[in-house]
Amino acid sequence: MSIKRSLLSVPLRFGYVMMFFFLLLGSGVMAANPEVSDSEEAISAGKSIFNSNCKACHRLDQNNVGPALRGVTERRTLDWATKFIRNSQALIASGDADAVALYNQWNQTLMPAHEFLSDDDVMNLLAYIEYGDKAEAVAATGDGGGAVAAGGAGVPSEYLTIILAVLVIVLLLILIVLGLIISILTKYLGTQNLEEDDKEFINQRFNFSKLVKSDAFVLIVTALVVALVAKTAIDGLYSVGIQQGYAPTQPIAFSHALHAGQYEIECQYCHTGVELGKSANIPSANICMNCHMHIQNVGGQDGMSPEIAKIYAAVEENKPIEWVRIHNLPDLAYFNHAQHVVVGGIECQTCHGPIEEMEVVYQHSTLTMGWCIDCHRQTDIKAQGNEYYDKLVQLHSGSKGSLKVKDIGGLECSKCHY
Amino acid sequence: MKENKKTYWKGLEELTNDESVIRNAEREFPEGPSTLDGSSRRDFLKMMGFSLAAASLAACEAPVRKAIPYVNKPVDINPSIPNYYASTFASGGDYASIVVKTREGRPIKIDGNELSPISQGGTSAIVEASVLSLYDKQRVAGPMADGEQVEWSALDAQVKAQLASAGTVKIVTNTILSPSTEKALQQFADAFGGAEVITYDPVSAYGITKAAEMTYGSAILPTYHFNKASVIVSFAADFLGTWISPIEFAKQYSKTRKITKEKPTMSRHFQFESNLSLTGANADYRTPIKASQNGLAVLALYNAIARKAGAATVSGAAVEVEYLDKAANELWANRGKSLVVAGSNDPNVQIVINAINDLLDNNGATVDFSTPTYFRKGNDAKMNQFVADLKAGRVGGVVFYNCNPVYDFVNGAELGEAIAKAKVSVATNGTLDETASLVKFVAPDHHYLESWNDFNPRKGHYSLSQPVISPLFKTRQAQESFLIWAGNDTNYYDFLQENWRTSLFSTQSETSSFQEFWDRSLFNGVYAVESTSTSVTGSADVSAAASAINRVYKADNAGTELVVYTKVGLGNGTFANNPWLQEMSDPISKATWDNYLTVSQSWASEQGLKMFEGATKKAKVTIGDKTITVPVLVQPGQAKGTVGLALGYGRSKAGRVANGVGVNAYELLTNANGFTSYEITEGVSVELTSDSYKIAQTQTHQTYMDRQYVIQESTLPEYKENPSAGRDFPKVYMEGEFVKPNKISLWKGHRYSNHHWGLAIDMNSCIGCGACTVACQVENNVSVVGKEEVLNRREMAWIRIDRYYSSPEGASSNKELEAAADNPEVIFQPMMCQHCNNAPCETVCPVAATTHSSEGLNQMTYNRCIGTRYCANNCPYKVRRFNWFKYHDNKAFAAVNVAQNDDMGKMVLNPDVTVRVRGVIEKCSMCVQRIQSGKLTAKKEGRRVKDGEINTACATACPTNAIVFGDMNDPESNITKMLKIEDNNDSPTKEVGEERAYHVLEYLNVNPNVWYFTKIRNKDKSEA
Repeated sequence: MSIKRSLLSVPLRFGYVMMFFFLLLGSGVMAANPEVSDSEEAISAGKSIFNSNCKACHRLDQNNVGPALRGVTERRTLDWATKFIRNSQALIASGDADAVALYNQWNQTLMPAHEFLSDDDVMNLLAYIEYGDKAEAVAATGDGGGAVAAGGAGVPSEYLTIILAVLVIVLLLILIVLGLIISILTKYLGTQNLEEDDKEFINQRFNFSKLVKSDAFVLIVTALVVALVAKTAIDGLYSVGIQQGYAPTQPIAFSHALHAGQYEIECQYCHTGVELGKSANIPSANICMNCHMHIQNVGGQDGMSPEIAKIYAAVEENKPIEWVRIHNLPDLAYFNHAQHVVVGGIECQTCHGPIEEMEVVYQHSTLTMGWCIDCHRQTDIKAQGNEYYDKLVQLHSGSKGSLKVKDIGGLECSKCHY
Repeated sequence: MKENKKTYWKGLEELTNDESVIRNAEREFPEGPSTLDGSSRRDFLKMMGFSLAAASLAACEAPVRKAIPYVNKPVDINPSIPNYYASTFASGGDYASIVVKTREGRPIKIDGNELSPISQGGTSAIVEASVLSLYDKQRVAGPMADGEQVEWSALDAQVKAQLASAGTVKIVTNTILSPSTEKALQQFADAFGGAEVITYDPVSAYGITKAAEMTYGSAILPTYHFNKASVIVSFAADFLGTWISPIEFAKQYSKTRKITKEKPTMSRHFQFESNLSLTGANADYRTPIKASQNGLAVLALYNAIARKAGAATVSGAAVEVEYLDKAANELWANRGKSLVVAGSNDPNVQIVINAINDLLDNNGATVDFSTPTYFRKGNDAKMNQFVADLKAGRVGGVVFYNCNPVYDFVNGAELGEAIAKAKVSVATNGTLDETASLVKFVAPDHHYLESWNDFNPRKGHYSLSQPVISPLFKTRQAQESFLIWAGNDTNYYDFLQENWRTSLFSTQSETSSFQEFWDRSLFNGVYAVESTSTSVTGSADVSAAASAINRVYKADNAGTELVVYTKVGLGNGTFANNPWLQEMSDPISKATWDNYLTVSQSWASEQGLKMFEGATKKAKVTIGDKTITVPVLVQPGQAKGTVGLALGYGRSKAGRVANGVGVNAYELLTNANGFTSYEITEGVSVELTSDSYKIAQTQTHQTYMDRQYVIQESTLPEYKENPSAGRDFPKVYMEGEFVKPNKISLWKGHRYSNHHWGLAIDMNSCIGCGACTVACQVENNVSVVGKEEVLNRREMAWIRIDRYYSSPEGASSNKELEAAADNPEVIFQPMMCQHCNNAPCETVCPVAATTHSSEGLNQMTYNRCIGTRYCANNCPYKVRRFNWFKYHDNKAFAAVNVAQNDDMGKMVLNPDVTVRVRGVIEKCSMCVQRIQSGKLTAKKEGRRVKDGEINTACATACPTNAIVFGDMNDPESNITKMLKIEDNNDSPTKEVGEERAYHVLEYLNVNPNVWYFTKIRNKDKSEA
């Protein structure tokens, strides 16, 4: 899978870079249809329509599952665009040349109909497509540039190793030099007439066995060994049951890096329970099929991708996909996603790590009680705009420091154990 | 304050200060084995060495756990989010409108439906426990013919063909509340030559319906309004516990028992009965009378009232019954707002009762015959005729619709033998019970939680039930079976909807869309048709009834009389295979896992029987040619010369839990002129044997000190004078003066800046029914431990109802003992963790496994507990429970603790509550999982928690609203208002303005968050 992915990503990356240039070239030239409003309201109304209906497949300035959309009113007539948005399949079926060309260009991927959108909705949507989120475009260029400039930013790990190696070599050289100096000095002193005491001092030999047998040495070594063994044992015991880094092979080689990273699909789109309750929910196959009804392979392959075929098989056989559970809390601990995500406003990545970069998901955090408690000690309550906390904030205002989870009982047993 | 001179006692052994009680009271944990058979402590140590090594190796590799999502997730099911569906519980004529909580498609908890005008949000122990019966592994897995599993198609073909050629077909059923079921049965009956439907009830009310027919012309039950009655007189009707519609009556009754300083009025309740019933225990005046005097007492009351009304009196043998004249006077003074009821199944008694209510102008006010109620439709005479027909071979085909007459009808054994005489016999019962195991074809019905149905419990009142889970077995809804056998292929859901479309849709004008009407009715669970009813008048021949009564009842019956009754827990025995009900301690006797012969203390003294700690002897009860041997239980309040025995036990084919538990009292019932008689007054002999036996009673298990600080009560006249009447105000000496105990403390005190959860328990409206105890068991995954472990005093209940008897003095001699136990007052006190603000348990835990929360809760952390049990030792309320064994996944407990042992039973567990392991303490958490979930909902919506939004399982279940849960920091909450908390500050010590509110054992200053309200008895002052 990862090989395929990287093969796939090369042309895609290239595509982005090329697009970035085209955008730079085109931005001066292209102009949106003047009928499309550029008012703030229209853009923000259009944005919400875009996010809920289009975002799964389209971006403003990048090609995604579907083409980048900015400039569409320049490329097409308003009438055509409206028709295509409302029901592209009808337009294709009617034999419209542009529509058919587009359809073939994009691997004959069907776009769902949006007949529920009113004329105003479509105009707002177009307003957003043309004028919305210029920042996104900038960010996109930033991304594009980032790929190129990645080497320059920060200190890569291999440099650190080189620096360390150089330092070690320097130290060794200093040691050798010092040794040479000593032997030269000794030789020089040997040629001098010295007092007996001094002679003895110069000629004394380093008695290794005596040192080894000395009580102090034995004591220090024993203490060190005991400490080391104890530390290893304790560390070992603490790690019992901790599965940090656990990355089992899943029945489908699903890549979060592709879906969440590259395509920026919101986590909640699939993990529907995360704002509702305790379980975030592993998506049911019907959620996968929302997109994979249309997307059956990657990167211009022929036929259906074998991994995607597994979803189809599950649906046809009505047999659920048995994912391997990665994050396992013991039964005695109660954890609720909604509390943390909705009420606390915690990002998924805070606990799950850089999930949008994971080809195979692994357990990022230790999921130990100490880890939970540490976070409860340090995290501020997201009290703003939540009437539930008003009284608590008011009572806390006299004390120094912000209102943390621990201040309202976040360390109490019955918050998690019952 | 007047010194409370009463003596309170939980059991007779405590009254007599039996040395075993003193010994056990001092010792927190009884001695007894802590290992099960098979391995000793030494084996345990040996095994521990190995398992430690094995465990540490095994721990390195965590097991692979799967996360399996739906293939196609239903829109409204989200893992971890409960869904609630309105439905209806109905078993025969026992009815409750309910709301079912499901998690991931599994029903796990049943609450009352507040929209129902009948059950009004209340539940009972049986309703609460019925969810476990769904997951009973021993339900019939699919259709059976001649004891072999068959396919439905094969069964249908055979049943149809054989019934068609069988000749006379009879259908036997318990009361059917469902109009659509009746219609389906009618279609079936029509298809087989007008088959007759015979209805009987295990606990019959035929006498009442017959009397109604004779008095007013139609054989129905009236609608009772206990809430409108200022004076209630009951002759052996246990209307709060088991009689007809106890949930509804308890709701109504409790409305007359809520009193405040501003409104110090409450109903006065007289009870005349032989056994001490739950209702009798709540009465203000209770008189134990012999069953043989029952009819005469009713006549005497009639005559007393007739004299006042100037109506003709009837002849009746003179009988001396204490408080009867007083009752007559007060009834007369409260004409039109009083109520007289009787539990008797003798129509003559019921005719006189009707006449009394007519004389008192109660007809139409508190007892309404114009609004018929259908909870009991049984006809004993027809059923007896059916048995005779069956025995004589006059019945060709018989269909038992979800009823078990072989077990629960008079002469059931004879009926059982006669079934073979019918050419075809069919049963739709869900288990292979005493009846279903004898029939040719079993066509198992769904459990009620898997079924569609409608109900018409009362004229104008309808309710629906809907499936909340797909059928677990290859069962089929019985109504659908009837339709199929009748040649109608409509499925029952369509049939039901069609019925509603044709009969009920037109009765409303709110919507013109049937779908909308249906959806709304289904959502609400109930639907009511506005109807105007004209008052019903009529009269029966009272003097004829009186002469019949004079023939049957005697003022001076010398022989022993047996009064058969039903228990609140097990009822008529239908749900006997439910371990939650078996282990629920009986509200009165506090016994579990048994029925027993209740005898009076004087009988026991005569026989030289001394009972302590459940150890007793067995007795032989002989009636005619039938003899059964049953353990004896000395029951205070039992009328002299009578003995009592509960129905519902002695099942032989109920399943692994109930089989062989107790004895079957149905075998002793007799038939009096076509009416099943539950009072056998002649030819009863009771003979004590030398066999000893132990009854697992929980009554003295959690004994604690100084009752006057625990139970605080007074009488209404005293309360009117002084709202603090009955209260105890302990004072502690400090620096030259006496101060309230809460002025001295070692602790600095907690600060509750957010919530301060608390419970307020009104002992005046608690009737002791125990619905809360089962609700708690369901909600909190509390283990069932079985009879042996209850005998070892190791029951796990988080909430118990302490039942105290009280009598004027203690008893050292037998004579005094008899006097005290003759007719004691009874008081119920729900007792659970008091969530003390200065909790004694918290300070002694060496590992801080029990700690205090910033919301006033005393938290118990199982995964930190190491089982020293210091906390339980230090708890003054004795509410902490120790897991002596691993009760889950343990073969030794598989037969009793089914909810935690087999894969099916486990489906009922609440996923939000940990199942505890061996060696840890557990106790009431004040339903912290519900608190957390309620707070989360509020936080997600960015608001404060609304009062009533969070409620504990016990408070939700309570049919009398005696338990109120809430936030004592919220000035708008019900609990704050009840307790009259002046200042909702963040202090743990709330200054409470309500005079009746007190803490149990206040002088200890453990400062609980649970408040009790004094019990006020509506007695005259002189009798207090």
